[in-house]
Amino acid sequence: MGRITLDKVTKRFGDVEVIPPLDLTIDDGEFVVFVGPSGCGKSTLLRLIAGLEDVSDGQIRIDGQDATDVPPAKRGLAMVFQSYALYPHMSVRKNISFPLRMAGLSQEEQNRKVEAAASVLNLSSYLDRRPGQLSGGQRQRVAIGRAIVREPSAFLFDEPLSNLDAALRVGMRLEISELHNRLATTMIYVTHDQVEAMTMADKIVVLQAGRIEQVGSPLDLYHTPRNSFVAGFIGSPKMNLIVGAEAERRDAATIGIRPEHIAVSAESGQWKGRIGVSEHLGSDTFFHVHETGLAEAITIRAGGEVALRHGDTVWLTPDESKIHRFDRDGLRIA
Amino acid sequence: MARAVTPRRKTINTALAWAVGLIIFFPILWTILTSFKTEGDAIAYPPKFLFFDWTLENYAIVQERSDYMRYLWNSVVIAGGSTLLGVVIAVPAAWSMAFVPSKRTKDILMWMLSTKMLPAVGVLYPIYLMFIKLGLLDTRIGLVIVLMLINLPIIVWMLYTYFKEIPGEILEAARMDGATLKSEILYVLTPMAVPGIASTILLNVILAWNEAFWTLNLTAAKAGPLTAFIASYSSPEGLFYAKLSAASTMAIAPILIMGWFSQKQLVRGLTFGAVK
Repeated sequence: MGRITLDKVTKRFGDVEVIPPLDLTIDDGEFVVFVGPSGCGKSTLLRLIAGLEDVSDGQIRIDGQDATDVPPAKRGLAMVFQSYALYPHMSVRKNISFPLRMAGLSQEEQNRKVEAAASVLNLSSYLDRRPGQLSGGQRQRVAIGRAIVREPSAFLFDEPLSNLDAALRVGMRLEISELHNRLATTMIYVTHDQVEAMTMADKIVVLQAGRIEQVGSPLDLYHTPRNSFVAGFIGSPKMNLIVGAEAERRDAATIGIRPEHIAVSAESGQWKGRIGVSEHLGSDTFFHVHETGLAEAITIRAGGEVALRHGDTVWLTPDESKIHRFDRDGLRIA
Repeated sequence: MARAVTPRRKTINTALAWAVGLIIFFPILWTILTSFKTEGDAIAYPPKFLFFDWTLENYAIVQERSDYMRYLWNSVVIAGGSTLLGVVIAVPAAWSMAFVPSKRTKDILMWMLSTKMLPAVGVLYPIYLMFIKLGLLDTRIGLVIVLMLINLPIIVWMLYTYFKEIPGEILEAARMDGATLKSEILYVLTPMAVPGIASTILLNVILAWNEAFWTLNLTAAKAGPLTAFIASYSSPEGLFYAKLSAASTMAIAPILIMGWFSQKQLVRGLTFGAVK
């Protein structure tokens, strides 16, 4: 079981309130991702749940039990750190068995569990190496192994992939998702990478300045962002946010339209502009269109084979049914 | 890019470095040479450098006149004991300052260091009286305590510097893994800080070994370490250079040998953390 409830949890460092009172429920077995820009408090929130930071106010309950003042070791949670935080003086085997040793398990049982975890994570042939002799991906696996053997009620991941190179990151992302499918244990995952959030999460929690902007499934957030911040943060490339006459014409302060919901044509359309930078990804092409009189640049997403180039004049037509409208406070207009 | 050094310049620099090294080492070399001379050769003018009658008689006389082994043992106990006691006290102190600092941590560190700036003679009188009252005068345990207290600021400072280099996340990981504070310090922090702790121990053994002010003033016959052993040869009966040199050589030999074998560790320890 791993149901975690935050009830008016607040964190202050001195006079600075980094997390204003916050409520959140994470259900058993859920994969929840905390996402937000740097300094939004997502890591602090994770550390509060872990017990590595003290809560200033409010209550944290794990499986219904008040865990607010319970020390980290006694919360039944396991954490994977951004820097892996392996014990450099211990072999991989010792690293993975450390939590078992602390729990006072017999040597036999330790070995059995370590070997089981190592085979799941493809680490069996590295058990006698030191962390310094492993690659970044292998180190991250050891860190995950150390978390698995504890059989925690929830896993906490603090930006675990940000030290890996791009290719490895995609691979590890899949491995973590598979691990979640297999173990069906609650996982809380912190990242600033909205692609990681979208691909891995059952539920995304978007944070800004310590406040929850929206909680929902990845597609919820994509289709019905509650405000312009979430609209701009979720989705890649970013949603185009347009103010002025075009917004007023639609009874809104700001309108948002995703790059994939704008049709591009060389002959006719609603907005005229000139192509600036074009990014060819093979499967897709992103065009940054200038001189439309709407915003500095409108990003559009077109197929991989579109024959348009820098300097071409183009016509853009937004899909009216996909336009998001926001009021003066940035809140969604239904 | 590495700075270009011409071969000529390199030769000059090397020669200069050797010259400085020899000047620093010369008094020790002279002491060792003199210890093998007769008293006559020792005061001969012009001084005899290598061509004299080599003799071991000074060592025999010194050993006969005073019990070298007893002084040596006192030195080992006092230097080793004060260092170990200091480390045991300093590890938790440095841990708390490095990993759970408060607003005053820097001030406390500076204050600790400032005690090293106090002239020792300023507190000799009160400490001497306290030692008499407590029956610690001329005891090894008394010297262990005094030298530990004197070197404690340095031990704490050094350990603090090493601990600062250890990423806090690793200790947090240990906490998440169920380690108690004791296990965290014992199984994670200390093994990771071994090079730093070793350098600290080494430097403090040397400092305590060479400490002369307190060891001379607080001991008489029983607990005197090698510093007292040397001092006993500069006696009112006149200076016997050869015997004094033999005694000095015997007194500094153990620490010199130890320093020689551990110089790599010592240099690494002293520059630890200076560059990333």
